[in-house]
Amino acid sequence: MNIWFFKITVVLYLLGTLKYLLFIILLRELLAKIGLLSLFAGFFLHAIAFILRYLEAGHTPITNLHESLSFFAWTIIGVYLAFYWRYRIKVLGPFIATLALILMIPAMVLPKEILPLAPVLRSYWLPIHVVFAFLGNAFFALAFCTGIMYILQEHQVKSKHIGAISRRLPSLGMLDEINYRALTFGFPLLTIGIITGSLWAQYAWGSYWSWDPKETWSLITWCLYAALLHQRLTVGWRGRKAAIMAILGFFAILFTFLGVNLLLPGLHAYSNW
Amino acid sequence: MLIRIGDRYTVFRHELLENGLSLLVCHEMDVLVIGINHKTAPVEIREKMSFSGEELGRSLRKVLEHPGFTEDMILSTCNRVEIYVTTQDPERDIVALKNFLAEYHGVSLDEFEKSLYVHLGSGAIRHIFRVASSLDSMVVGEPQILGQIKEAHNIAARHNTLGIILNKLLHKSFHVAKRVRTETRIGSSAVSISYAAVELAKKIFGTLEGKAVMLLGAGEMAELAAKHLVAAGAQRVAVVSRTYQRAVDLAMDFNGEAVEFDGFHERLEGVDIVISSTGAPHYIVHPENVLGVIRARKNKPMFFIDIAVPRDIDPRVNEIENVYLYDIDDLQEVVDANRDRRAREARRAEEIVEEEVLTFCNWYTSLDLVPTIVSLKEKFEEIRKRELSKALSSLARITEKERESLEALTSAIVKKILHDPITFLKSPDLNTNTTEYVDAVRKLFRLDAEGGGRAKRKGGDEGS
Repeated sequence: MNIWFFKITVVLYLLGTLKYLLFIILLRELLAKIGLLSLFAGFFLHAIAFILRYLEAGHTPITNLHESLSFFAWTIIGVYLAFYWRYRIKVLGPFIATLALILMIPAMVLPKEILPLAPVLRSYWLPIHVVFAFLGNAFFALAFCTGIMYILQEHQVKSKHIGAISRRLPSLGMLDEINYRALTFGFPLLTIGIITGSLWAQYAWGSYWSWDPKETWSLITWCLYAALLHQRLTVGWRGRKAAIMAILGFFAILFTFLGVNLLLPGLHAYSNW
Repeated sequence: MLIRIGDRYTVFRHELLENGLSLLVCHEMDVLVIGINHKTAPVEIREKMSFSGEELGRSLRKVLEHPGFTEDMILSTCNRVEIYVTTQDPERDIVALKNFLAEYHGVSLDEFEKSLYVHLGSGAIRHIFRVASSLDSMVVGEPQILGQIKEAHNIAARHNTLGIILNKLLHKSFHVAKRVRTETRIGSSAVSISYAAVELAKKIFGTLEGKAVMLLGAGEMAELAAKHLVAAGAQRVAVVSRTYQRAVDLAMDFNGEAVEFDGFHERLEGVDIVISSTGAPHYIVHPENVLGVIRARKNKPMFFIDIAVPRDIDPRVNEIENVYLYDIDDLQEVVDANRDRRAREARRAEEIVEEEVLTFCNWYTSLDLVPTIVSLKEKFEEIRKRELSKALSSLARITEKERESLEALTSAIVKKILHDPITFLKSPDLNTNTTEYVDAVRKLFRLDAEGGGRAKRKGGDEGS
């Protein structure tokens, strides 16, 4: 049943992405509305899919790659909808929707069976740790998208070729502001994610920190964002540099999330997938 | 000139090139517009022909004194003077309007006749749609004209000179203008240097609310740009001029502050947008200055607009992070690109106009008397047949003779009922008011069955 909801969600996200992409080409308001509605409906069904899966599995269903990718996409869409409610930026839609869809497609292909939970994962820390970590990541995904948009827009304004791209993107000031907001939300969440993970590690493995690849890379990511936030607050880093850092930071997140699982063996590799 | 069959104009597209008439004549009642605009007449003629606001009511009534005119509207702006009427005899009425213009303004006809354009029927409909959508404006896409037409409509409505056709035509033209505005991006980009500067500032800062502006030196264009920036929300204008008194005077206009020329570098830190137009023979703002300023500002972005020739600001300033510099040529390039874009959008707008001309023509053809009488008769005949066959099927035994007499009876009833209204519609005293009765008849008997509902809904949209 949860798989059925999951599949409808994928279809809705696909629809949302297509409508949003058409919107950014044709600039018809109606398309953006349909895109937003599709994402909204998708977000809702996606939530139902998770609840059903939780009931079926009896534990928080974020334990294998299918589930994590799917959950990541869900948080990204959720964070976007929250920002849309506040800033009303439609052009962010196509970027976010595409990103979520890119995460959902492998999630659709990967094995979806519910497997018995490894004993070490049976803990209340599981939902707390993962939800905070992924929420933080979702905000950074938003910062990543606005970072890309900023670089595109900045290039056009600086080189004095105000073309079709520039007309479609929000102002530099707006993009920088959202980038900063996303960072101020994402950073504390990631920090809590890492701390709760560390507490859980102490509880489960008897050591707060054991330098396994996932932990190391999380720390690297955290340091990147800490540096960015610090520079922003003290020296007034903003604009292009901040945008580039937000993009790099997100690549670090992707590597922590996917690269480590697939390439480097360690404590966090619980299942082959 | 016009090809006639019987007493009616045929459906025939005329291009009467010698006097610029473009016609699709197919009605007993047609829209006619006669006028001059910035393309056909120089300002000396336009100002002689213009109608002032106060006397417009009187002018409108004066047009209606001529026999044959039942409704009219006058649109008089600095770029155009146009009279809209409905006509049954264009040849006669064109002459009447020309004479009216000459008499009214006390100008001889020869002086302005070659500047006049005349549009009739669908040509006139297309014309007002294009004017309202700002496709006929001096700067295509500038929105003022729509407001001016609305004003002209209000005045005519107040003086009761609008009938059903012009009223509907004007409301339709507002609707077309709105469609053009939302479906094309004809008015979305700046086509003057000063507006382009504002547009760029918005691209950089997002909102201009609370942004500080510095005017370095004061030229007309710099002042204009500053005015637009203030209108867009910028506050705190500092004016710098080599002659301090000049700075003080100008600062008063903006409710701003005058700054001594020698001290302006120190003030840059608090400024977001600099508009420079001094007569200095060499650069007065250098990258070193700006580097220091931007560091002190903690990288808050700055926008330099250099409209001086020779330039005031070293172009290398643009290489500094979070600083954007546009000189006059850069702005001109943006404007040129926008103009091209507007021209492309204008072509899409023309398509929308054509579409709407067609729908309007459909409605307005339906107002003709003959087709209305035909469909009225058809409708009654259809009802008669349907009801008769129902009755016949329930009457079991009935002779051929009885049948025939029933046929005759029902036909006679229908004919008698329709006799008076049709005689009334055809009566010659009605003459000029036909369209209103025709419209009423079509509504009373729902002759536009499937089109009726839609037209009604559209009417609602326009009203809002």
